[in-house]
Amino acid sequence: MSFVWGLLYGTGAVILIAGGAVVGVWWERKVSARIQLRLGPQQLGPAGSLQMLADVPKLLFKEDVVPASADRLLFRYAPLAVFAPIAMSLAVIPFWAGWAPLDSAAGVLFFLAVPSISVLGILFSAWGSHNTLATLGGVRAAAQMVSYEVPRALAVLSVVVLGGSLQPSELMDAWRWWWIPVTLLGFGVYFIASIAEMNRGPFDLPEAESELVAGYFADYSGIRWAVFMMAEYGAMIASALFGAALFFGGFMWLPGVAGLAVHIGIAALIITAVMWVKWTFPRLRQDQLMTFCWTVLTPLALVQLVLAVVVALWL
Amino acid sequence: MSAECRTVVNVGPSHPSTHGVCRVLVELDGEIVRRAEPIIGYLHRGIEKMAENRSYLQVVPLTDRLDYVGSMYANWAYCRAVERLAGIRVPERAEYIRVIVCELQRIASHMMSIGSTGADTGAFTAFMYAFNQREQVVDLFEALSGSRLTYNYVRPGGVGADLPEGWVERCREFVAQHPAAMMEIDDLLFGNVICRARTKGIGVLTPHDAIGWGASGPVARGSGVDWDLRRDDPYSVYPRLDFTVPLGERGDCYDRGRVRLWECVESCRIVTQALDQLEPGPVQAEGLPRLLAPRPGDAYDHIESARGSLGVYLVSDGSVRPYRMHVRSPAFANLALLPMLAEGHTLSDLVVVLGSLDPVFGEVDR
Repeated sequence: MSFVWGLLYGTGAVILIAGGAVVGVWWERKVSARIQLRLGPQQLGPAGSLQMLADVPKLLFKEDVVPASADRLLFRYAPLAVFAPIAMSLAVIPFWAGWAPLDSAAGVLFFLAVPSISVLGILFSAWGSHNTLATLGGVRAAAQMVSYEVPRALAVLSVVVLGGSLQPSELMDAWRWWWIPVTLLGFGVYFIASIAEMNRGPFDLPEAESELVAGYFADYSGIRWAVFMMAEYGAMIASALFGAALFFGGFMWLPGVAGLAVHIGIAALIITAVMWVKWTFPRLRQDQLMTFCWTVLTPLALVQLVLAVVVALWL
Repeated sequence: MSAECRTVVNVGPSHPSTHGVCRVLVELDGEIVRRAEPIIGYLHRGIEKMAENRSYLQVVPLTDRLDYVGSMYANWAYCRAVERLAGIRVPERAEYIRVIVCELQRIASHMMSIGSTGADTGAFTAFMYAFNQREQVVDLFEALSGSRLTYNYVRPGGVGADLPEGWVERCREFVAQHPAAMMEIDDLLFGNVICRARTKGIGVLTPHDAIGWGASGPVARGSGVDWDLRRDDPYSVYPRLDFTVPLGERGDCYDRGRVRLWECVESCRIVTQALDQLEPGPVQAEGLPRLLAPRPGDAYDHIESARGSLGVYLVSDGSVRPYRMHVRSPAFANLALLPMLAEGHTLSDLVVVLGSLDPVFGEVDR
């Protein structure tokens, strides 16, 4: 039974991420165009919304090139190793009162730990490409993603301290609106660290276009490249949904389907903010990125944790 | 660390940040650049040699292809050399028009450079803002010459055609709004904390090295070298125009970028004054033969292009074709600084330093 449920869940997660990526790419093109004094896609369908219907088949039918010098096995399966953990992490996000697809007692920990596995996939692709620029991108990604785990986990921990549980459904049951001001700093840290986790600007050093061309996925084309893109959007969707639930209460505001709509709405706002940041800021340098993580973000996350502990004890 | 442990990376010749077809052979120690060697010649077309087989007028379109981000400059530098060689007097209106188009060209060229400072540091939005301004200049040039990149507009003895109807008003409109747009870009790009962190203190060029390596233009002025041919070796009608030469202090990428930004504002002042002083009259020297055949001899003339001192040396043997043409390319001299400036910085800084030198490879390779 659990096998069938897992299969069902996996299909659902892939569809959700694929659909989210299609809408997300369109939305990102519109948002970036708005920021850059452009119009963005506007020819196909209302506001160019059908543009992605043309782009998806293009990606599917492109030639799947594997470089002659690449390690074929690593190269071919690396996109899956990046994508799968991110699809898995969606399982513990609470969408409904008292329910999450996988309501494990260590759900929050699961969400923090599992997406980190995709670092391995990035290293596979970087090493498998047998390309100097890709290898540099992979090494950058590994250092960055492992470092930003720390402030991200600490920020989430402050919510856990307030709720007193690692189980998503219990945590959401305990959620109260006054947590928002208490954990606002934590959300800031979570937001920044999540951007670094999903390798998006201004922390997109692993794929830095102007330096490394495309970093670890420089040699990928067609469907495998699309899987990398889906993983990036999947990470964005998962982080936004999870953040919307933990830091802003998600579905707790309204009962039933309306609550779900509120949850998705908050997540969409977070995603838009992520895009806004990307199209506004230049990229950091590797040493600046690490310095920022360890001397600014981590202490801020610790301050938030202390604050949460004090509030939790005082109650 | 011994040389064996270094990673060798080829940045280019086909790479998003090489501003054309430059190949930089980089030796990395981790992320730190230990050696960066620009390998040029990928865009070599033998323009100087080709010029020897064409009449003097036919060379002008070739000079378009030198600095293709600022074609007007090469046109003008070449025409000045021809005029000096053949002793041609250029009508006053033509001189004013040349000043106007070249100052507009400076804006267009610097917009490319400032925009790519943004793109190199990952702020692609700044690129779009800068190109919004560049597009307007290019539209003006299109109305003037029919092309958007290679204008073939400045000709020996004057300019190709008089200003079309309504052009002066359009030009005034553009220069009226441009300084405000520059202040916005200054705010958005150079005021951004990450951009400052990425450009300040990176690729520091001392005034001594700037002079020693023959740097010119914004690259030298970013280091505080107060040298501008428009003022220090006045040509055309520049002595009648009032403008200041912006200078940097530290000589880093940030200063080079901001010098370009302020030069654009100064260019607007120059264009406004030149438009005010513009009188009706001929735009082409009269009685010029179709085939110029200057007396045997040589001539050199230089102008201040967006990249620095652009000079053209011409030798005539009395025939209708130049015996020899040589271009003194500021981009070539400035690019030579790359190994010195990039060494010890990271790979990310290398592209920023390369962008701040603003090389155009049509002119480097010729």
